[in-house]
Amino acid sequence: MDKPLTKNIDLARGPLDLAGYERAGGYQALRKALGSMSPQDVQQAVSDSNLRGRGGAGFPTGKKWSFVPMGPQAPRPKYLCVNADEMEPGAFKDRLLMENDPHLLLEGVILSAYAIEAQVAYIFLRKEYVLSARRLEQALGEAGQAGLVGKNILGGGFDLEIHLHTSAGRYICGEETGLLNSLEGKRANPRFKPPHPQVSGLWGKPTIINNVETLCCVPGIIANGAEWFGKLSRTADGGTKLYGVSGRVNRPGCWEMPMGSTIGEILDRAGGMKQGYRLRGLIPGGASTEFLTDQHTDAVMDFEGLGKYGSRMGTGTMVILDDRTCVVGMCHNLMKFFARESCGWCTPCRDGLPWVRDLLWALETGQGQAGDLDLLEMHTQQLGPGLTYCALAPGAMEPLIGALRHFRGDFQRHIDQKGCPWRR
Amino acid sequence: MITIYVDNQAYQAKAGGNLLEAVLSLGLNLPYFCWHPAMGSVGACRQCAVTLYKDEQDTQGKIVMACMTPVKEGLRISLQDRQSRDFRARVIEWLMANHPHDCPVCDEGGECHLQDMTVMTAHDYRRYRFAKRTFANQDLGPFVNHELNRCIACYRCVRFYNDYAGARDFSVLGCHNTVYFGRSQSGPLESEFSGNLVEVCPTGVFTDKTLKEHYTRKWDLQTAPSICVHCGLGCNTIPGERYGTLRRVQARYHSQVNGYFLCDRGRYGYEFVNRPERPRTAMIRRDGQLAAASAEAALAAARELVGSARGLAGVGSPRASLESNFALRQLVGAENFYSGQAPWLDDCVREALRQLQIGPATPSLRQVEQCDAAVVLGEDVTNFAPMLDLAIRQAVRVEPMELARQLKIDLWLDGPVRELIQDRRGPLLIASPAATKLDEIARWTYRSGPAGVVRLALATARELDASLPVPDGLDEPTARLAKEVAAALAKAKSPLVVSGCGCGSVELIQAAGVLARALAKVNSAARLSLTVPDCNSLGLAMLGGKNFRQALEALRLGRADTAVVLESDLWDLAPTDAVESALAGKRLVVLDHLPGRTVQRADVLLPAGTFAEADGTLVNNEGRAQRFFQVFPPQGDIRQSWRWLGDLAGRNWPNLDAVLAELSSALPDLAPATGAAPQANFRIEGLKVARQSHRYSGRTAITADVTVHEPKPPDDPDTPLTFSMEGFDGIPPAALVPRFWSPGWNSQSALTRFQQEVNGPLRGGPAGVRLINPGSSGGTAVSAVSGESDQAGPQAGRLCYQKLLVVPAWHIYGSEAQSMQSPALAGRAPRPYLGLSPADAAQAGLQADQRITAQFDGQSLSLEARILPSLPRGLAVLGMLAGQPAVQLPAIIDPPPKGAP
Ligand SMILES: Cc1cc2nc3c(=O)[nH]c(=O)nc-3n(C[C@H](O)[C@H](O)[C@H](O)COP(=O)(O)O)c2cc1C
Ligand code: SF4
Ligand code: SF4
Ligand code: SF4
Ligand code: FES
Repeated sequence: MDKPLTKNIDLARGPLDLAGYERAGGYQALRKALGSMSPQDVQQAVSDSNLRGRGGAGFPTGKKWSFVPMGPQAPRPKYLCVNADEMEPGAFKDRLLMENDPHLLLEGVILSAYAIEAQVAYIFLRKEYVLSARRLEQALGEAGQAGLVGKNILGGGFDLEIHLHTSAGRYICGEETGLLNSLEGKRANPRFKPPHPQVSGLWGKPTIINNVETLCCVPGIIANGAEWFGKLSRTADGGTKLYGVSGRVNRPGCWEMPMGSTIGEILDRAGGMKQGYRLRGLIPGGASTEFLTDQHTDAVMDFEGLGKYGSRMGTGTMVILDDRTCVVGMCHNLMKFFARESCGWCTPCRDGLPWVRDLLWALETGQGQAGDLDLLEMHTQQLGPGLTYCALAPGAMEPLIGALRHFRGDFQRHIDQKGCPWRR
Repeated sequence: MITIYVDNQAYQAKAGGNLLEAVLSLGLNLPYFCWHPAMGSVGACRQCAVTLYKDEQDTQGKIVMACMTPVKEGLRISLQDRQSRDFRARVIEWLMANHPHDCPVCDEGGECHLQDMTVMTAHDYRRYRFAKRTFANQDLGPFVNHELNRCIACYRCVRFYNDYAGARDFSVLGCHNTVYFGRSQSGPLESEFSGNLVEVCPTGVFTDKTLKEHYTRKWDLQTAPSICVHCGLGCNTIPGERYGTLRRVQARYHSQVNGYFLCDRGRYGYEFVNRPERPRTAMIRRDGQLAAASAEAALAAARELVGSARGLAGVGSPRASLESNFALRQLVGAENFYSGQAPWLDDCVREALRQLQIGPATPSLRQVEQCDAAVVLGEDVTNFAPMLDLAIRQAVRVEPMELARQLKIDLWLDGPVRELIQDRRGPLLIASPAATKLDEIARWTYRSGPAGVVRLALATARELDASLPVPDGLDEPTARLAKEVAAALAKAKSPLVVSGCGCGSVELIQAAGVLARALAKVNSAARLSLTVPDCNSLGLAMLGGKNFRQALEALRLGRADTAVVLESDLWDLAPTDAVESALAGKRLVVLDHLPGRTVQRADVLLPAGTFAEADGTLVNNEGRAQRFFQVFPPQGDIRQSWRWLGDLAGRNWPNLDAVLAELSSALPDLAPATGAAPQANFRIEGLKVARQSHRYSGRTAITADVTVHEPKPPDDPDTPLTFSMEGFDGIPPAALVPRFWSPGWNSQSALTRFQQEVNGPLRGGPAGVRLINPGSSGGTAVSAVSGESDQAGPQAGRLCYQKLLVVPAWHIYGSEAQSMQSPALAGRAPRPYLGLSPADAAQAGLQADQRITAQFDGQSLSLEARILPSLPRGLAVLGMLAGQPAVQLPAIIDPPPKGAP
């Protein structure tokens, strides 16, 4: 099986330098595009490939690009922003790519910038990703020297600056419009849409924001064609996917597998549950997806497959709930994160999430009261999409919705037994 | 108009706005927090949720934020459905989770938008049982109190303070549920508009610190519609009184003038009304000493002085009403009526009046906000006409907002518009002697004395109208700038020329007129806005007396031996020696409410009512006549000046309308001023408008220490208002609105109920009348003034540095006499100073803050040296501080020697 995302990755060896990357076939896609494809051709190839955004929402990438005003009349400069903020609890897939094949990302960035005629690209990097920063900087230096970024790239007349920006460390900076505000030096409050960033984005100019993994798919698509990309997948969503597993499994980690692999297959890659632990449930794609249970191991991990179980793939990096861990405690842990990371802009999220967190802690510490579950339910309903200003709060509610659906008894036991059954 | 359906009922709404505005304009109730009519929508609080249905068949609907939803034909929403009512109740419940519930000790209580919205959503039981977050508060200076625990994080304060008013010493800090709205550390708020936080904040976080000193609930305040008396812009206000003291001033919405806001001088300048030092008793000089007398005795003494006078000089006042000035004019005769504006400013005001009469038309503040290019000539508007600063800050956004229009982004979507236009700003030129606060938003700044600014203005005019002469002495950089500015003005849809009296240069005002007219030839939408110093400067100029120099001369030469001085301190108008020599041996009748040198020198003192104790008409800088009304009846001997003067003149005017009637026939040009407000006999449903609210408490107890019988409310023969809670309490004509209050809306937000539509005029049309119709004065247009004729002495930029040209520097806190009696404001005034360029200071061997003596014509001033890097060499500025000995400006002086340390 082709592994276009991880073929160059060898954790023991570390990342390829520019020469190594080129020897492995790197920057061929770029040469091909600049040599023989128009920006529209690149966009078309990506559209045809059915590449869907890997940042969690799964929006078709080609379609996203198609809203960028093109041609000489379009406002300039246009921007490409790489969302490398990866602060979703449980997600570490982008880190794998940036630390271990930085040139792949750069090639994806240059190609994508070419496709939308962007003059400037920003890589918005999570604060803690110090090693990624170092390796990206190294790669950027090499690429600059080799004429792969900067003016008149490879003599093809295309100019692109790439800047690496390290975040100050808030989850909300990963929300694409919060990211833009943050880049502009403002508070990372999300922005209202419309207008979409394609029309009025960074500094009011047309802007595309894509996830690291999304962009890393692009060189393969250009080099090998949309059809090839489609065939990598087992489902309608093209390509391979980086799936991750954390929790009490034998080999927590992250692997490139065909899009549409099942939860069971992914768990197998992780070597199954650790001795003495039983799988009870999992959140399939980072913290802001709904719980599934051990009944769902046949579920297909792609952008459509989990919908029928009320969940979604998100980032594709799952977190395992085992039988020796309290689901209420796990939810409390997540809610501590979400409440802390609320940007504070809209009321339901800012003041609702701390309440949810406090309720869960009350359950955990034996302070739970009759009616608390109703209050939790109320929040899961009233922090829904469209009710809050951005998707953080609805995302925060997803694990709780699933937990209450599948493990309501555990919550009730906390009230009845005046404390956490797992802590005794 | 289009049709929308609210809970299945059809309504007409204005297309293009948002749903919240539409719903409020229809008079329906929908709670909200983050939206503000002047600042648009941001969708943060989520309080204005409604259910939107796709069509008639749709029974589910989905929740949307009304403030973020454009109104479209056929739109169907519900306010009453379970879903949206539930959600709105939850939003309040979340907002109240951390709220301290300390209404009884909160200054906002009883006029709190949060209280109203909480009641409106029927939230009454607190389910949140965990610890509330708390904050440490800050000392934000003398104007605004900070109690952040009450914050509901609606973001209105930062949006006003930073986005709308352009200040930067305040922000939102931190994140999640501990977002902190304040400064990085304690310290006085730097914006001249900080007091608006009190009204913009829907809770008790920001409250009026001066009100706290003598706190009274809204329902216990006696209020009346009033006009700010602290500069020439005529912002509309609502002052409130209790127990004979004025407690606070709030903004009174006027769709054309001040909109929703006030400057801090206007809001906090009121306490001169309460000063103990204020003249309150009638006095007569006996044996060289002023001694208290009965009002009747004082009046008789004054009558005797006036009657026996061998020549009268009446000095009117730019801070007194048209009626009071007119009453004085009737008393002394038109030929003996003199202006109480300092002569050099008086010249400017009269020139401003002339230019306004010629045209082009002068804009209201609201129209200034809509101009897409502006030049400011010689003015520091922030300090001289503060609210004009705020208007210009909105105007510079107009040109870039065109981008939003092109992208079809609704202009009320504040976030998207700001994100799109970023810090792009339309063309703005600030040409002034020294740096001004507006420089930070200007495309061009030009530093020069008046002569240089005149030259720039004329050169710009010449670029627009080739028939004009090229000004003499035009240098290359100025010519280039003129070209650029002219090009931008010519391209603009509604360009604006701002100038005025701030520089003390008549030529500059003329040049502004020349430029505006040249511009009007290119674009008939061009406007000319001219500032004037005082609240009735223009009204006084329209009364057309002689100037104060002539008054001094008449007195000095003995043509007059008795002066009647109305609400003026003569020592503020001319150098001490000139005033004293003119008054030597003369008799002086003084009417005033401010203590001062003239009051001390009076032979008869008649204590005058302040604006809060008087009715009258003021004419603002656009020539708009606006009526102010007594907030409370004058106490003791105090009477309105026009009443004193009418009695003195034996006129026996029964009421204010009689004065206005006489004024109209004597001066037909001013006759329309009568229509500034309904007359005294106006009634609604047979009732006068109540100054006291329907919840006014203690009226039977207020005087219980004196009598247990409830006193009859004092009569008010002059106006359609009554000093009582008995009276009309609904929505009167705009000029008579004593407070914004309506069922369910106890805070200032009740205002939407008084507007024809959100941001529109008040019901019944905006108050006040414009008295000036450009073109009416008939062709006395000065087609050109020369750029060099105005300066007798050296011109900034090309002189021998032997002499300094001194021009005035105005201070929002400090330059205006009445407000300087208010401790909160006086505390922020600078010490008297002379501002020098670094080069001149160095040449004179002066350090910053060093004491110096500056020798002006007939007056020496002891000052501090201030070094102002922005000043061109040869130019100096004198801080204009009320009470400081008067000097005539612009002046040419020798560089000051170092004074005694
Ligand atoms: C609270 C929040 C945090 C997010 N964090 C990230 C992130 O760290 N990285 C990321 O790629 N997308 C993140 N997203 C999703 C982005 O908003 C956006 O959908 C994505 O970057 C688009 O890229 P794609 O189309 O390539 O998936 C986040 C969304 C939300 C609501
Ligand atoms: S849901 Fe609201 S408060 Fe939460 S992160 Fe988004 S915008 Fe901020
Ligand atoms: S301080 Fe007042 S205006 Fe500012 S966010 Fe809080 S409640 Fe809103
Ligand atoms: S701008 Fe002038 S009129 Fe308006 S509030 Fe301030 S001082 Fe008063
Ligand atoms: S008023 Fe509409 S969201 Fe705040």
